[in-house]
Amino acid sequence: MLTEEDRKLLKLIEEDCRLTPEALSIQTGLMPEYITQRIIAWEKEKVIVDYRPLINWDRTGDVSVSALIEVRVLPQRGYGFDKIAKRLQKYPEIKSLFLMSGGYDLALLIEGKTMQDVALFVAEKLAPLEHVQSTATHFVLRRYKQDGVELMGEEETLQRLVVSP
Amino acid sequence: MNRYLATHVESLPPSGIRKFFDLVATMKDVISLGVGEPDFVTPWTVRESGIFSLEQGQTMYTSNAGLFELRDELAHHLSKTLGLTYKPLDEILITAGASEAVDLVMRAVLNPGDVVLVPNPSYVSYGPCATLAGASVQYIQTHAKDDFRLRVEDLIQAYTPKAKLLILSYPNNPTGAIMTREDLLPIADFAIEHDLLVLADDIYSDLTYDGTHVSIASLPGMHDRTLFVSGFSKSYAMTGWRIGYVAGHKDLIGGLTKIHQYTMLCAPIMGQFAALEALRSASEARDEMVAAYDRRRRLMVHGFRQMGLDCFEPLGAFYVFPEITKTNLTSEEFAEELLKEEKVAVVPGTAFGPSGEGHIRCSYAYSTEQLQEALKRITRFVQPRIS
Repeated sequence: MLTEEDRKLLKLIEEDCRLTPEALSIQTGLMPEYITQRIIAWEKEKVIVDYRPLINWDRTGDVSVSALIEVRVLPQRGYGFDKIAKRLQKYPEIKSLFLMSGGYDLALLIEGKTMQDVALFVAEKLAPLEHVQSTATHFVLRRYKQDGVELMGEEETLQRLVVSP
Repeated sequence: MNRYLATHVESLPPSGIRKFFDLVATMKDVISLGVGEPDFVTPWTVRESGIFSLEQGQTMYTSNAGLFELRDELAHHLSKTLGLTYKPLDEILITAGASEAVDLVMRAVLNPGDVVLVPNPSYVSYGPCATLAGASVQYIQTHAKDDFRLRVEDLIQAYTPKAKLLILSYPNNPTGAIMTREDLLPIADFAIEHDLLVLADDIYSDLTYDGTHVSIASLPGMHDRTLFVSGFSKSYAMTGWRIGYVAGHKDLIGGLTKIHQYTMLCAPIMGQFAALEALRSASEARDEMVAAYDRRRRLMVHGFRQMGLDCFEPLGAFYVFPEITKTNLTSEEFAEELLKEEKVAVVPGTAFGPSGEGHIRCSYAYSTEQLQEALKRITRFVQPRIS
């Protein structure tokens, strides 16, 4: 179980992974040595999996296409959905992969340079896989929010007064 | 046209903050640490609830006391969080911000000649509100060596037999000081012994970073002699909604309600619906804001101490109150020169009363990046003056 202090520390790192142990120490009151030691342990335990910026590629002018693909799969005896999921997660085109409840089994988030890239991946790689029964591809038209970040920004708010009681 | 102004209004000095605000307003690219309100926007669920109330056509007056649902929810909230018991029917009054509640208390209980005891430094409104109510003000000095807590020895020294009302505002604006149960007990004993009424302005109570807030109203014998004032502005980033409240003995609340019904009538209805939503579903958002303030608080205290200034650790509100005497500047000189040289606005401690001399108030209701830049500039300003 996480302690309250560790939970706060992890949240802070999740919010801004550029903070050094010294900066984290100032803001949390924990010792920098303790923070370094926890971070190393979390990296080993894969609690901290990676450090990456969230890039809004739509703003760079680089064109790319994303799609959400619903996949129905025949579960395999003794493995359920894990075996096919393990195989699917190797594809670099698949950015996220989830087992779902409801009308289909696996949800995949796919990225490609063009719609044709995505279509080819589905037609040539995904659909022919053994145990895959059917796929339904939904292309992303616009990204409004990702990983908790509002990509369009908040509405303009009035400036606060410069000095107030 | 000043001749038309009432004498007691004309003689009222303008707020020291206002004077400083006028100076800052003439300058560009200023980083201001002068703001006494959250930098967060009201949590979305609360905003959405205000919007929904408008869509539903809820644009009328409410009862003078405020929506019963809100008072009922508040009664539960105060009982759960602070152990305070108030009947929603006649012991809670919803006001247009906690500021209205402070004004109502003063006007409802003070007679000309009564004395109000106000710890100093303190929020700028208490003195003028007491004066406007016809009373006089006796300031009680609090000290950095006591972490700006009110000590009973200082209260005894300031006490006069004409004193009727004691203001207690902790966590404190501008110092960030808090009062623990142990700090409050002798104050409560003194209030009971001298039959003082207490105005507990607990507006910053949710912004307590060490333990949980204790209100003097919860101490033995204090429920009926305390008027508990608070609001939604600081806890839920709702300053512009203007929703506060006051709770206390029904006879006192009845008196306050008489003034409220003739002057304000009721607090804005959409704000009351939003406040109800805040109590019901914004506690997580509130806690996240408090956690962010706590991190910034540590950053600020560290920053000022690194500069070589004395900075007591504030355990509440969102202000640090570092001592600047080492620079051989007065609070006003420090604030003015810092503004001119480094374009950082802080509020001189004297804006909050004479005890604030030698200090400046810096709000940390700003992003970490802004605070870091401000600290960098203040360091550049301070270091040549103290080395």
